[in-house]
Amino acid sequence: MSDGKTVATEKSFYEEGTTKSPKGIKSWIFSTDHKRIGILYLCSIATFFVVGAILGILMRLELIAPGRTIMDAQTYNQTFTLHGVIMIFLFIVPGLPAIFGNFFLPIHIGAKDVAFPRLNLLSWWIYITGAFLALLAITMPGGPVDTGWTFYIPYSVRSTTNVSWAIFAAFVLGFSSILTGINFITTVHRMRAPGMTYFKMPLFVWSTYATAWIQVIATPIIAITILLLIIERFFGVGIFDPALGGDPILYQHLFWIYSHPAVYIMILPAMGVVSEIIPTFSRRTIFGYKAIAYSSLAIAFVGYLVWAHHMFTSGISDTARIIFSLLTFIVALPSGVKIFNWVATMYKGSIDPKPPFLWVMAFIFLFSIGGLTGLVLGSLATDIHLHDTYFVVAHFHYVMFGGTGTIFIAALFYWWPKMFGRMYNIKLANYTVVLYFIAFNTLYFPKFIMGYMGMPRRYYDYLSEFTTLQFISTIGSWLMAVAIFLIIWNLVRSLKTGRIAHANPWGGVTLEWQIASPPPLENFHEVPVITHEPYDFSQLKEMDYESK
Amino acid sequence: MFSGPSENTGTVDMVMLYIVGVSVLLLVGITITMIYFVFKYNRKKGHKPVDIHGNVWLEILWIAIPTILVLSMFYYGYNGFVVMRTIPENAMEIKVTARMWEWKFDYENGKSSDTLYVPVGQPINLVMESVDVNHSLFIPAFRIKEDVIAGIKTHLGFTADEAGTYIITCAEYCGLKHSMMYTAVKALPLTEFNNWLEGKTEKQIIDESVSLLAEKLNVGLLHDKGCITCHSLDGSIKQAPSFLAINGRKTVILEGGEERTITVDDNYLRKSIMDPYSEIVKGYPAIMPEQKRMLNEDEVNQIIGILKALN
Repeated sequence: MSDGKTVATEKSFYEEGTTKSPKGIKSWIFSTDHKRIGILYLCSIATFFVVGAILGILMRLELIAPGRTIMDAQTYNQTFTLHGVIMIFLFIVPGLPAIFGNFFLPIHIGAKDVAFPRLNLLSWWIYITGAFLALLAITMPGGPVDTGWTFYIPYSVRSTTNVSWAIFAAFVLGFSSILTGINFITTVHRMRAPGMTYFKMPLFVWSTYATAWIQVIATPIIAITILLLIIERFFGVGIFDPALGGDPILYQHLFWIYSHPAVYIMILPAMGVVSEIIPTFSRRTIFGYKAIAYSSLAIAFVGYLVWAHHMFTSGISDTARIIFSLLTFIVALPSGVKIFNWVATMYKGSIDPKPPFLWVMAFIFLFSIGGLTGLVLGSLATDIHLHDTYFVVAHFHYVMFGGTGTIFIAALFYWWPKMFGRMYNIKLANYTVVLYFIAFNTLYFPKFIMGYMGMPRRYYDYLSEFTTLQFISTIGSWLMAVAIFLIIWNLVRSLKTGRIAHANPWGGVTLEWQIASPPPLENFHEVPVITHEPYDFSQLKEMDYESK
Repeated sequence: MFSGPSENTGTVDMVMLYIVGVSVLLLVGITITMIYFVFKYNRKKGHKPVDIHGNVWLEILWIAIPTILVLSMFYYGYNGFVVMRTIPENAMEIKVTARMWEWKFDYENGKSSDTLYVPVGQPINLVMESVDVNHSLFIPAFRIKEDVIAGIKTHLGFTADEAGTYIITCAEYCGLKHSMMYTAVKALPLTEFNNWLEGKTEKQIIDESVSLLAEKLNVGLLHDKGCITCHSLDGSIKQAPSFLAINGRKTVILEGGEERTITVDDNYLRKSIMDPYSEIVKGYPAIMPEQKRMLNEDEVNQIIGILKALN
């Protein structure tokens, strides 16, 4: 156990520099330090999130009233496609594992880096290359893609926009995901500190580990699908295009065999972060450690077997629909187990609702709505009505944004003092949670109602009966813009004016709270020997932490 | 809430109410418990935290009860679905053809229409196919939809129980005018429906009233191939240039971003049909589906002939 005083005087990884360069841009983009790479990802991913959010706000503005408001139909179609592509491929899939997985997974298991540091840097470069290709696709003649992020055939074959470039970008980005997955799996298998048995690992490690397996196993399927698509477009081989004798539904199968497990790539790491934050602020051990760990694996496994619920109206056989509906309900169970265990962890704790914990409370509410409306969509009779309507749009925004997005912010507020050594304005952060919560529900809840009324998704224009609800939703998007601005402002400003953070501001006991803020170059001065369970707060007596 | 213009409306609303009801109970339960704990066990109150590592019975309980709940949800959804998908023997078959961005309904007696007319109380079986990209036929009032796909026939069954007009819309993204691909289902009492079925369609009336020349020219081909969805015959401007007096017209085109003035002739017409994106008429969106794979040589020649005669 390090003690706070010596820690405060040592050099952080920022001050230490790297072998390439002591400071400046080179010390970042060529660094193999997992912490620097984590922050590289943070900067790039946060930038894309802001771009994606601006596109979303523009879409909402267009939809504030029926008819044309600020853009024509073609621009709108390109905007929602870009919004989807950026948010999925550049923000939410890499998001938590690439930033917080990189930064904290090695520290959590007592390692000084990931198993393959160079591969790790390569993954970031591949990510940037993929992102660059995606940008290129926007600027080249032909214009931004207008197919929706799903690239459904035959429309994506007919479209004259730059589909080939965009899917090639997705292909490249996939490799970043695969390599990160391989890296994390090896790290967890090989790099654990002495005494760090599998069931002493923090749950964030468990969930990132389960995610890594999905990344490695599922992502090649999208790569193969994209290759087939490219072969079809350039060589005219009939695979998916009915005009060439192909099968458009085969494309949907292959696409969702990846993209449904990808949904769990997006949500599992977030669930891991929740399992960190709740014990820390409740100052007691997690309830049902093994149940939460195994439920991550169960989600990763059953998540492979439910893809066709995206295709309940696509003309697949009725028998297939019934089987996939049943399996879809099964996958709801492990998520439920997690929620019950999290709430039970608060029981008889000593709860200090600081901003990260408040974000988690918002998450539990929003994600529960997302999960429970998933039951409505898993049920065949209701899904036939709601498929491809705003109800689905609301559902996946509650899961992805309300779930993963909220936890992305929670993770930032939880680990910010550790990553940057500065504390943000806590009072402002508390207000922001409230504003975010109101904004979120104003923005997305009306979509459930519109969906049930029969408003299809990906619509540039709508019937007058939807005007009021569309208007409310647009107001929500403005509130959300303010909330996001306040989050960024609060965090960025803290880098300059925030007070110097204590090494353990929350009284956490996992390994990252036992080292300095920001951590030293190789995390630990000597290899830690693990004797406690991950959430054993009896250690706190012997530790230095900020008690107020 | 549980009756509607179709039996399926009530079924779906019932299943919806059941799942949402259970969900709201769970959501409220979880949220209230969470908030209660935050107040009850707040650090300010100075409780000593108690480490509880878990409880096997609780874990079993909160796996078992949700399992029963979700299985019941599955069952109700499955039941409603099976009823909806079972097409009665006496169903009336109507052929549906979707294209960017319009619907066509063909009846067994050869009648065709862009609005779906059905008799009240008569089970209907829509047999659907697309000629271009994926569409989805969605009738919100009946709570049903099914994708319409090129090369594969899909089907959708329903019975309209109340006379009235209900919106049909496209639910699968299909390009530029996806959000404008509306039509309606008109449920009529049987006698009225029969009168309509035996009567002439709008298209037949128009066809008969067009001049002899137009008839000779087989303008119908332009209708069948979907051309006149976007290109008008009377000089009015839709999403694309009108066909009226197109041959010999001087027009500004964009080729690879550069403007050029050309005179429309055989070659230009052929190129614009087969490969519409290489040269786009200025001021119009590049939205026309490539016809390369959709028209045979004979049809292309016929169309060019018709266009040249439309002066």
